[in-house]
Amino acid sequence: MSALLDVEDLRVTFPTRTGLIEAVRGVSFSLGRERLGIVGESGSGKSQTGRAIMGLTPPQARISARKLAFDGIDLLGISPRERRSLRGNRIAMILQDPKYSLDPVMSIGRQIVETLRTHEKVSKAEARERALAMLEAVQIRDPKRVFDLHPHEVSGGMGQRAMIAMMLIAGPEMMIADEPTSALDVTVQLDVLGILDRLVSERGMGLIFISHDLRLVSSFCDRVIVMYAGKVVEQLKASELGQAQHPYTRGLLNCMPRIGFERHPLPVLDRKPEWAA
Amino acid sequence: MSAVENESGRGSARAVALASSLGRFLVIAITTYLGLLAVTFFIGRVIPIDPVLAVLGDRAPANVVERTRREMGLDLPLVEQFYIYVKNALSGDFGTSVLTTNPVMTDIRRALPATTELATLGTLIGALFGVPLGVLAAVRRGSIIDQVVRVIGLIGYSVPIFWLGLLGLVLFYAKLQWVAFPARLDVVYEYTFTPITGFYLLDAAMQGQWDVFWDAFRHIILPASLLGYFSLAYISRMTRSFMLNELAQEYIVAARAKGLSETRIIWGHALRNAAVPMVTVIALSYAGLLEGSVLTETVFSWPGIGLYITNSLQNADMNAVLGGTIVIGSVFIGINLLSDLLYRVLDPRTKSA
Repeated sequence: MSALLDVEDLRVTFPTRTGLIEAVRGVSFSLGRERLGIVGESGSGKSQTGRAIMGLTPPQARISARKLAFDGIDLLGISPRERRSLRGNRIAMILQDPKYSLDPVMSIGRQIVETLRTHEKVSKAEARERALAMLEAVQIRDPKRVFDLHPHEVSGGMGQRAMIAMMLIAGPEMMIADEPTSALDVTVQLDVLGILDRLVSERGMGLIFISHDLRLVSSFCDRVIVMYAGKVVEQLKASELGQAQHPYTRGLLNCMPRIGFERHPLPVLDRKPEWAA
Repeated sequence: MSAVENESGRGSARAVALASSLGRFLVIAITTYLGLLAVTFFIGRVIPIDPVLAVLGDRAPANVVERTRREMGLDLPLVEQFYIYVKNALSGDFGTSVLTTNPVMTDIRRALPATTELATLGTLIGALFGVPLGVLAAVRRGSIIDQVVRVIGLIGYSVPIFWLGLLGLVLFYAKLQWVAFPARLDVVYEYTFTPITGFYLLDAAMQGQWDVFWDAFRHIILPASLLGYFSLAYISRMTRSFMLNELAQEYIVAARAKGLSETRIIWGHALRNAAVPMVTVIALSYAGLLEGSVLTETVFSWPGIGLYITNSLQNADMNAVLGGTIVIGSVFIGINLLSDLLYRVLDPRTKSA
């Protein structure tokens, strides 16, 4: 399996008034055409890892890596313009809450068309046709109607499908999904995940699925990376999550409630400073 | 087939929604206008100026005073007086100005276009320069441009306009001779030019009298730039803060993730969203200028509504003052209505509400 993405010793540092803050401290992994989950608690650096790969880190932050290569392209070595032409085109990203991540004053259709026409020279009519087909692919029943709707007129689940359509329309090879279902109702979560899963496997894409939901990640992904304080503490196959070695992962697993077992009091996560060292 | 029906159904639903919101607007406007009339009527009755005395002077015999009072309808019950007042006001009759002996409406018809022309040009200058400056300041936050915009805004906020106006006259009129002296036109044209609408630039252009146009331009450009500068100070600051707010939103991150250019993100997404509150800001600043800027009009001998009302006020010419107040109030209501409508056009979220 040839690696789509190679990350070696990725570091993201934010200068603040009180000194440097290292959000990501030497993360390494590689991604093929598979589903890779990144889990960790808030502030563990999982989102910043995703944004650093996309090139969406705020300008004041510093990024360094021994290697950050997508399909053999050195992402840190190319110009911002070349980087931009990759975004949305070959690498895409889904954000958490469609209520905030879609432009409120632009119709859904135009937002989808915009991605396509940024990266491909297509006529307006053809772009519209493809956007409608894409809306159908994310299982929106009445694409023509939804095309003209504005984000506030659709539900969260439909908004997130529109987001997926917007990000997949240019046919990217890799997708970073940053908590794509955390803002959705539980019943809708599975629908959206199902759609995402189907499209990713149909198109043979690589997926990085960032989440704090260990159970969701283990059922949905092939491999899981557990992050803590900006570092990878454990990497393992999703099916082998039960045999996790690291005490932090075990702690996370321990917190999950199980049917038939009363847990009083709930266990408190152990956080040892040496894991972050 | 059903999709077509669906779409046409949607279209007519939109039309109905638009019509009903227009109707609501009209009701609001009419109520506000009636309130305005009531307030001005009330003010006219409580101020210690006797309208009869103002017309006749204080040496008229008692029977003449009594007859005039009856002729002016001041002996009627208040409700009836108010009814007549509203009826006259709606037909544009605000009585006669004691000071100019013209019907107040005639005076206002002359003064309001002068102010409107100045205010419109001022707002155009303010918006055309203020919005891009505000956007640049927000995008390059903390940079030299941001600091410069801040200083420009600070000066605009803190320097008195008459001082800057006099300074401008000294420099651009007296020293450099780039602009003309304070007035609307040169004396030569004052008597040969017949305005149609009262907007001299427009009138001159419509009649193809380009020498008059150029002359009017040389007269208006300095006061308009001055007013423009002051609204620029306000507009650029507001644009900057609206833009900073929009640029911090998640949909901007999403737009970057789509691979859009910064130009497209800033002008196509962020400014498009910031435009919604900007409409209100610009409309309010325009309405503020339409009230007539007394100081500017005084410095530049501009025969506008501000100057007219101030003069009338100093001469206890209540018909003129109240008439002017009503006209300005109506303009204010109109501008607010317009900005509300524009707001609805710009923000799709308000349509379904």
